[in-house]
Amino acid sequence: MPENLELPPKTRGLTAIAGAMSLIAVLLIVQIWLLSAALEAFLGGKRSSALPAAIFSGLMFLVCFGLYLFVDRVDLDVRNSSSER
Amino acid sequence: MSWLRRSSSEPLWKEEFSVRTADERYVTRRQLTKFLVLTSLGMFVGNLWILVRSLFYKAPTYPQQTIARLGEIPVGGVKLFTYPTKDDHCILVRTSESEHVSYSQKCTHLSCAVYFSQESNRLECPCHKGFFSITDGSVLQGPPSRPLPRIVLERRGDELVAVDVKVS
Repeated sequence: MPENLELPPKTRGLTAIAGAMSLIAVLLIVQIWLLSAALEAFLGGKRSSALPAAIFSGLMFLVCFGLYLFVDRVDLDVRNSSSER
Repeated sequence: MSWLRRSSSEPLWKEEFSVRTADERYVTRRQLTKFLVLTSLGMFVGNLWILVRSLFYKAPTYPQQTIARLGEIPVGGVKLFTYPTKDDHCILVRTSESEHVSYSQKCTHLSCAVYFSQESNRLECPCHKGFFSITDGSVLQGPPSRPLPRIVLERRGDELVAVDVKVS
């Protein structure tokens, strides 16, 4: 019979944090590309792409910030649960 | 930014400088996440800056400047000049008996000076082998992604006058 396979809170917390960080890294790469493309278009005289680029960059920053809050919360929960034991 | 952090049993300095090895992994990960999010904010601010520059863009006016006389350079020959300011180096090429073209000499990749290659009839950047068309300044090959800014010329009598810069 399989025993309780649930991972300890610390391991689960680290996995969640690693996942959130991977997402942030991917979003950051897209943001860097977006910035360089918007700059290239601006220097090339095409100014119409600046607004959508800024909107999408802002959205990606908000998602990153949300993920940061998630990481902070998971971190705190794990710390509290380990100190309670 | 106290609203970001919920009340914890430990003071902040104890969390950030944990004496437990197991907790250290959390601290470094949280700090890295913070750094990544700040970088993301930086990217967003950069995009906002481009947006502000685009919204408040005012087309510059260029002076009129005589740059050469009609018979001054032979067919296939070039003349270097500065326009519109002394720091903006440009190249004038006589492509046929009756035709002259002029472009900014600054490569759009990393600002090296381009030169006219008569054998291949194109403008070439020696730094990273970026090639531009002599007809319209568009990129033929290499790392540059934007065409060379074109200097608009007008013929007035036997003089060539630069009147505008077109960035496309």
